[in-house]
Amino acid sequence: MNTANNSNSFLKSGLRRVLSSRLAETLTTPHGVDRYLELFNPTWSVHEVRAEVVAVKHGTADSVTLTLRPNGNWQGFRAGQFLRLTVEINGVRRMRCYSPANSVHAADGLIELTAKAHATGFVSKHLKQGLQPGTVVTLSQADGVFALPDQRPDRVLLISGGSGITPVMSMLRTLLDEKHQGRITFLHYCNTALDMIYASELALIAAQHANVELIRCYAQPEQGGELQGFFSREQLRAAVPDYAEATAFLCGPPAMMAAVEKVWAEDGLGDRLHLERFTAAPLVIDGGSAEGEVRFARSERLAVNSGATLLDQAEAAGLRPESGCRMGICKACTCRKTHGVVRDARTGELSEAGEQDIQICVSVPVGTVTLDI
Amino acid sequence: MGIFQKLTPEQFEAIGTELDAIRNRVLADLGERDARYIRGLVKRQRQLEVAGRVMLMIPPAWPLGVAALGASKILDNMEIGHNVMHGQYDFMGDPALNSQKFDWDTSDTARNWKHTHNYEHHTYTNVLNRDHDVGYGLLRMSEDQAWEPRFLANLPLTVILHTFFQHFVAVQNLKLENYLVYKTKTGAQLREEFKPVWKKMRKQLAKDYVFFPLLAGPLAPLVFVGNVAANLTRNVWACAVIFNGHFPEDVEQFPESVIENETRGQWYVRQLLGSANFSGGKLMHIMSGNLSFQIEHHLFPDLPAHRYQEISPEVQAICRKYGLPYNTGSFLRQTLSTWKRIARLSLPGRRKPATGAAVPANDAESPRELPLAA
Ligand SMILES: Cc1cc2nc3c(=O)[nH]c(=O)nc-3n(C[C@H](O)[C@H](O)[C@H](O)COP(=O)(O)OP(=O)(O)OC[C@H]3O[C@@H](n4cnc5c(N)ncnc54)[C@H](O)[C@@H]3O)c2cc1C
Repeated sequence: MNTANNSNSFLKSGLRRVLSSRLAETLTTPHGVDRYLELFNPTWSVHEVRAEVVAVKHGTADSVTLTLRPNGNWQGFRAGQFLRLTVEINGVRRMRCYSPANSVHAADGLIELTAKAHATGFVSKHLKQGLQPGTVVTLSQADGVFALPDQRPDRVLLISGGSGITPVMSMLRTLLDEKHQGRITFLHYCNTALDMIYASELALIAAQHANVELIRCYAQPEQGGELQGFFSREQLRAAVPDYAEATAFLCGPPAMMAAVEKVWAEDGLGDRLHLERFTAAPLVIDGGSAEGEVRFARSERLAVNSGATLLDQAEAAGLRPESGCRMGICKACTCRKTHGVVRDARTGELSEAGEQDIQICVSVPVGTVTLDI
Repeated sequence: MGIFQKLTPEQFEAIGTELDAIRNRVLADLGERDARYIRGLVKRQRQLEVAGRVMLMIPPAWPLGVAALGASKILDNMEIGHNVMHGQYDFMGDPALNSQKFDWDTSDTARNWKHTHNYEHHTYTNVLNRDHDVGYGLLRMSEDQAWEPRFLANLPLTVILHTFFQHFVAVQNLKLENYLVYKTKTGAQLREEFKPVWKKMRKQLAKDYVFFPLLAGPLAPLVFVGNVAANLTRNVWACAVIFNGHFPEDVEQFPESVIENETRGQWYVRQLLGSANFSGGKLMHIMSGNLSFQIEHHLFPDLPAHRYQEISPEVQAICRKYGLPYNTGSFLRQTLSTWKRIARLSLPGRRKPATGAAVPANDAESPRELPLAA
């Protein structure tokens, strides 16, 4: 048994109960038990999910695959869900969402994340270039509604583009571990054959499982894929004639997702298409009509409403509220609004005036707003 | 007379710009180094605390236990707690080192501290009636504070303040003198304000004086006394450091009028004139939470404190350039100077002898003498 499994069983044992007791809390007040446990092992914690990076692999030129060993607080995930990963870069913590790509049944308890390193991407570039095995990172519990339903659908169509392959890879691996008998089509879009994440594993899976069909579609010509070009209705009808019978799961770049959604919507199949967005539509910010002020109650600060999102305004006021995706997906920035109306910058929708939890990264104050920050 | 009259508005502005430039440069440079520094200290503090509490239960190691636990509490309160709660490490985005979330190993609630210290004391530094740290409502610390008979006890009260410092700080936000002496606060008000304070105090008292002694079984009295000694060590040291930062004899206090229309440059100069450093080695700086650089701290309360030593030569150069004093001396010298002031002010008398650096009192007749009011 390796040390982390020892530490997991250590935390799962009776000691764990002692450490979460009132007495332990009293003796370690005001800092709490975790702050002392860290002294002995940085992954030990009574409350937080922390994980050690045990392997860093470079599957393609611009992607990186991390293997993480979470502590005993990790409650597992449903195939397709995401988690919030927090890494420290130059002394500053950064949080981003990643979808585990492994099977939910993986016996080793490890989590596999694959990130595409964007040329200008702050965190993804660091994961690719700067992350060393042995680093301890912080995770959230799994989140999100994009997941294989508990009642597994028989006919499954997985459509992905680029790094959007990760959640559907988890679905495929999970279904195979469950010896799924229904047909599975794995339709993947990417630029060239060399860019394809998990290419060799997928080829092997397709060769070994009669019920799995792999369809690779490359944007560039002469890459040797089953298809070439971009997603279209014609292409889909030719490649997956029974697509309307399948339960479809989609994740990819915005343009590609829009094209797929359009076909499903036109066919009236909207409820058979499940999707996950890694990036959101741009926010509509209109600073011209801003009025009132923003009150940050806990930190006793006041700012004139600039019309920007509450997260931007809080940061401009020198505060550092927790935040993650900054586009309304990951919910890391959720906090309590105690007073005032906000507009959802994605939809333009207005909130109620009373107390409620809001995502400050996509909320723009309409008049004076008070936040518990 | 005072330096305020000598400086022109342009000079004030230039001082502001030059100090802002230092601040911005350090802000832009924050990162890994600062994170490693504060994490290292937190680790050292927790190690000292755990070791101290264990040693207190082993009779031959008891004195070492007191020293370790005392040092742990000093680190926790000063270089860690005080500085973290100033938001010096907020840039890290680490909830464990965040000014809104951090709490420290002392009776005062983090929330009340941030109000009396970060807001009142740092905004209105050494302004009478505004900065409660000027005497804590208990002592007479300035000529311009009207003398009352109770100030005859200035010296013994200072000793008591040092001894029970954590509890005085804990109730500082309640402004007890308003209830006890000036009768501007009702008992009901006071009880309401005391609730959160008592909640925190209770936890601290229970930890140090009930639960850890009980854990030691028959050695309970030893642990109890050890915890008293560790808390006392921290109390006296913290109080002495803080007094040295603002009350050596040449440090100025200001009338309330200075803060009307005060510019950023004037605010900076007031911080400079209202603070004093003391010299020492690396250990002295760390154990005083770098308040040995009280001047730098008051200019830049939200820059990581371990940076103060690095920027100190630049601050001194600015002082020389504009003829501003930069008050520093040995710890002993500043302490003696502070106690001399406290002794002198226990007796009536409004003016300082000869030097008279102090700004005229609030009720002075000529508005021209109110340096910042214009
Ligand atoms: C629910 C969810 C799950 C996710 N799962 C994964 C995953 O499994 N693997 C993965 O690689 N990423 C995933 N992401 C995206 C990931 O969270 C980050 O957004 C991504 O790694 C970029 O972060 P960054 O810090 O490198 O870029 P940032 O510094 O935040 O952005 C820099 C630039 O990169 C561009 N950029 C950022 N993200 C993307 C993107 N996804 N596609 C194209 N351009 C982009 C932006 O245009 C921006 O200008 C997921 C996102 C969400 C919301």
